[in-house]
Amino acid sequence: MKRHFDEELADLKEDILDLGSLVELAILNSVNALKNLNRQQAERMIVKDKEIDEWELKIDEKCLNLLALRQPMAFDLRFIAMAIKIGTDLERIADLAVDIAQRVLELADKPLLKPLIDIPKLTIVAQEMLRDTLKSFVKQDVELAKQVILRDKEADSLRDLVQTELINDYMIKDVNTISRAIPLLLIARYLERICDHATNIAEDVIYMVKAKVVKHHPEKLVNNHS
Amino acid sequence: MVNPTFRITGLDAFYGNKHVLKNINIDILPNAVTALIGPSGCGKSTFIRSLNRINDLILTFRREGKVCYHNQDIYAKDVDVVELRRRVGMVFQKPNPFPKSIYDNIAYCLKVHGIKDKDKIDATVESSLKKAALWDEVKNSLRQNALTLSGGQQQRLCIARTLAVEPEVILFDEPCSSLDPISTAKIEELIHQLKQSYTLIIVTHNMQQAARVSDFAGFFLLGELIEFDKTDKIFTAPKDKRTEDYITGRFG
Repeated sequence: MKRHFDEELADLKEDILDLGSLVELAILNSVNALKNLNRQQAERMIVKDKEIDEWELKIDEKCLNLLALRQPMAFDLRFIAMAIKIGTDLERIADLAVDIAQRVLELADKPLLKPLIDIPKLTIVAQEMLRDTLKSFVKQDVELAKQVILRDKEADSLRDLVQTELINDYMIKDVNTISRAIPLLLIARYLERICDHATNIAEDVIYMVKAKVVKHHPEKLVNNHS
Repeated sequence: MVNPTFRITGLDAFYGNKHVLKNINIDILPNAVTALIGPSGCGKSTFIRSLNRINDLILTFRREGKVCYHNQDIYAKDVDVVELRRRVGMVFQKPNPFPKSIYDNIAYCLKVHGIKDKDKIDATVESSLKKAALWDEVKNSLRQNALTLSGGQQQRLCIARTLAVEPEVILFDEPCSSLDPISTAKIEELIHQLKQSYTLIIVTHNMQQAARVSDFAGFFLLGELIEFDKTDKIFTAPKDKRTEDYITGRFG
């Protein structure tokens, strides 16, 4: 039986995807600003974050209305509960993109400490994880969500590489590099946090589809039976 | 492991040729609320009426399988059905107080069970009305006709009447379907309190009510028990697609 409620749920899904697209664009803009050390690009990107904050509030309000008015059960309930959490994670990702842009402003007027190698790699991992996690949400694809979660280690390793190199090869050897190294160190940290939020979303997708909690239980990802 | 109050195994029920319950297997645990949900005609009322043999009053009713109450088959030949119905009380959809005073509604039940001591009757009337959360509203009008009470008060009087004979189990067959939201909330609160001392089974069409009041929930469809589990599982992550479709309103 087709329900009017299904249309409301489809609308909510569209809203999450629209927010997801804005967040993907925010990351792309801050990453481009970093690549070009472009102050104007970074500033433009920071201003646009307001729009994303508004979307998060809109999704929250829609979810609360649906919970109150429809009193959903089972998948419907899990979908709406996860929509609230996914909205929050997406907004946090956008905040991290803003943080990157702010660090770009600090870096913009100085020569780059070193050519960027691992940060661009980490950027690609973060962008791909976000894209795949949103795809797994749209398609309710548990396998793809699992791949996103398993990829989080790759992000951790790249962040560690950046961190070790900046500290050992630059900051310890020459304290004058610290002001240029710290923004890069923080950017690696922000990118890795973006991957963590993408992982959270993937875990929520698995709960939404399978009613199975994999958060804080990585062993459940290996057990593929249910 | 807690011993179940009821253990039902392979229960089939028929009205004439109509097969209304099909191979029901379920344990009902003590001091818990078990809610039964499902569309009209799915067999849930027949099921609870099988637990105190009220179905016996229907001439065409026939059953197979076992209904054990504390390990005793209630359909065995030597079972005292009056005593069974005292221990397994029932509250119906529509409040059905006797056209007598509030006091007599309860006193009459006690007299039927052979209690004649006036002091004991007075004490039981008071304690039953207190347990049913009605005492404060009626203590000054015990001689008033019960039919002058509101629907919600009448239903709580029926619960008090059931409690007066000290049952162990109370079966509720859609107890709130004719009540307003405030009376419904009072009955639900009462159900929550009663489960400390009683085993409760409630048939309801109101999904939110089942979710609010019960610890376990069973979904019946076309005479079959499709799924039985802890209530939070049934309403957040049902295993069977038919349960999912029913509780989310996709059924049909």
